[in-house]
Amino acid sequence: MENWLPKLPIADWVDVFVNWLTTNLEIAFNAITSVLETVVDGMVSGFGYIPSYVFMILLTLIAWKIANKTIALFTLIGLFLIANLGYWDPMLETLALVLTAVIISILLGIPMGIWASQKPSVRQIVTPILDFMQTMPAFVYLIPAIFFFNIGVVPGVVASVIFAMPPTIRLTILGIQQVPADIIEATEAFGSTTGQRLLKVQLPLAMPTIMAGINQSIMLALSMVVIASMVGAPGLGADVYRAVTQIQIGKGFEAGLAIVVIAIILDRLTQNIGKNKKQGGTA
Amino acid sequence: MKKIEVRNVTKMFGKSKKAIQLLREGESKQSILKKTGATVGVNQANFEVEAGEIFVIMGLSGSGKSTLVRMLNRLIDPTAGEVFIDGEDIVKMNKEQLRNVRRKKISMVFQKFALLPHRTVLENTEYGLEIQGIPKETRAVKAMDALKLVGLEGYENQYPGQLSGGMQQRVGLARALANDADILLMDEAFSALDPLIRKDMQDELLELQAKMKKTIVFITHDLDEALRIGDRIALMKDGSIVQIGTAEEILMNPSNDYVERFVEDVDLSKVLTAGHVMKRAESVSIEKGPRVALKNMKELGISSIYVVDKKKTLLGAITASDAIDALERNEGLATILQADVQTVLPDTLLTDLFEKVSTASIPVAVVDENNRLLGILVRGAVIGALAGNNIDLNTIPNGKTEVAAGRLEPINRIDFSSKSVQTKQSNHFSSESDQRRKVIQQDNTILNLPSQPNESLNSDREVN
Repeated sequence: MENWLPKLPIADWVDVFVNWLTTNLEIAFNAITSVLETVVDGMVSGFGYIPSYVFMILLTLIAWKIANKTIALFTLIGLFLIANLGYWDPMLETLALVLTAVIISILLGIPMGIWASQKPSVRQIVTPILDFMQTMPAFVYLIPAIFFFNIGVVPGVVASVIFAMPPTIRLTILGIQQVPADIIEATEAFGSTTGQRLLKVQLPLAMPTIMAGINQSIMLALSMVVIASMVGAPGLGADVYRAVTQIQIGKGFEAGLAIVVIAIILDRLTQNIGKNKKQGGTA
Repeated sequence: MKKIEVRNVTKMFGKSKKAIQLLREGESKQSILKKTGATVGVNQANFEVEAGEIFVIMGLSGSGKSTLVRMLNRLIDPTAGEVFIDGEDIVKMNKEQLRNVRRKKISMVFQKFALLPHRTVLENTEYGLEIQGIPKETRAVKAMDALKLVGLEGYENQYPGQLSGGMQQRVGLARALANDADILLMDEAFSALDPLIRKDMQDELLELQAKMKKTIVFITHDLDEALRIGDRIALMKDGSIVQIGTAEEILMNPSNDYVERFVEDVDLSKVLTAGHVMKRAESVSIEKGPRVALKNMKELGISSIYVVDKKKTLLGAITASDAIDALERNEGLATILQADVQTVLPDTLLTDLFEKVSTASIPVAVVDENNRLLGILVRGAVIGALAGNNIDLNTIPNGKTEVAAGRLEPINRIDFSSKSVQTKQSNHFSSESDQRRKVIQQDNTILNLPSQPNESLNSDREVN
């Protein structure tokens, strides 16, 4: 092999490409950085204005409304535990990071999923890119992310988006494709336009599947918080990272427990969104 | 008026150019599949559907009937051919025009209901109107009207998942009726329902159709359903239409072995009606005296005769012996009239009149709603028709839509001039015991000589 084909200089190509991006798209990256920073900081200070007990009660009530009593109780106890352990502020920072990443995932992922569901050619291009995003080790794109977005919360958000967005896209495609063919046929037979078919039929029927995708995105974004902390993102991840590097096993467990509590609360809430709205909705 | 015209419509799945050529040359579905790998969905179908007609396309699964109906609104694009809706070829239409046809002219009902599970019954029914941009109030009124028509008032806020199959299909029907299209395509609409509900739905469809006069193309694999509701039936096999005709035409004159095998198990008594098998009624006017009545009976070789007034309204029957008494006493026919005679309407199915025919002492009279005498039921002819003898049927040869007279057409259009009725043996009354003996004789004769039932009826005629 080596004899007749020299090693492909993929590494060199990537270096050149990253350099080119850093120098030529600096303005764009700076804009993205400042926007994301503003969003995350805004969210953190917004959450910070709310006294912790009000925040706890608010979230408990939301859990009660969306899900059930058990989950509401868990929310209350879980949040109280986090406050008690002294991780309230890092928790808010983590929440802001995760929510920002998930919102971006939804804003980009759902339209992308819809587009891919309508056009097989788009789907063929998107699918391998999603595989790439999910399996390429995060550290590989974390370093160039520092070049583009500097140290801080922004490369953390970007890395989280890259890792967390694929389920939203995949399950949006799946949900839309899973709408029974006879229902699509019926909407066609009555003379629906493509937009009407999407908005009135496909998206509503795909909603449970899309919600499952968003739920998965949230979980994946949470799983990225420790890695994000390595490029300077604050929050619970940073506490875990610090504890691990200083071999403080107990502290690491506490911070990790706080992440788990947040994960379970967010998971149960998103799982139950939209579920109890339509009692009759059996397909 | 022709509502739908289908000209040489062909659907080929797979590479089609060469296959179409082969199809035109008359190659079979199997040999085309072998030579080109293309599957013939529908092979050069031709038919027309008149406004207000229920046209049934029937065939077993894989015969191409569902593909064919989907080409009528281009849910499936034909590979070749033309489909005219109100004289316009929809195959040539662009998306916008096609959408308009689907919105205004053609509605569809689906086998698996295809309701939107996230919408209430009312919202489902409104769907067709909603996408046309009709204001909420207007479309709610129209949708409610449609729901009332199908008997779903009070269910408008339920979700489809809360309804039974039969009710879900009513919603499907209401949705199709709500946008007031002239043409209704029904793709195996009742096939997913259990038999009793299916029969109810068929009855209701016929009732609705009597009111609304839509043009309905109904797909089914169920022969009984086709015979029950179809004004005309197209029978499909391997993508081709093998025969188009009324239920009677298909049953009595199957165009080939396939159709014959298909229909051989059909219970004719549930298809044929009194109107099909009745013979011309000999009668005497009430104003005539007993002498005229006796003369008529003697000429015809019968022992009793029906009495009518000037308008042919049935008054009753008289027997020959009573007429002789009346003649001796010099009285009119009114005094000896027996008014309690058995009558049936011409659209009564044979299965429903066996009992009357078998117990009546004189042939049962067929009358219209105004009690006007149309004909009589001779036992031999009834049995002959059930045995599949066309000669015992009225209006079978070349009978077009009149044959559907049984249900929708005015009854007086039944063709009295047809051959089987002209033979002069119709009225045949005798004393009860004689009658019974003779019927047995007739039956034997018919079974032995199926081609000449009328002669056989004549042969043992005697005046009492």
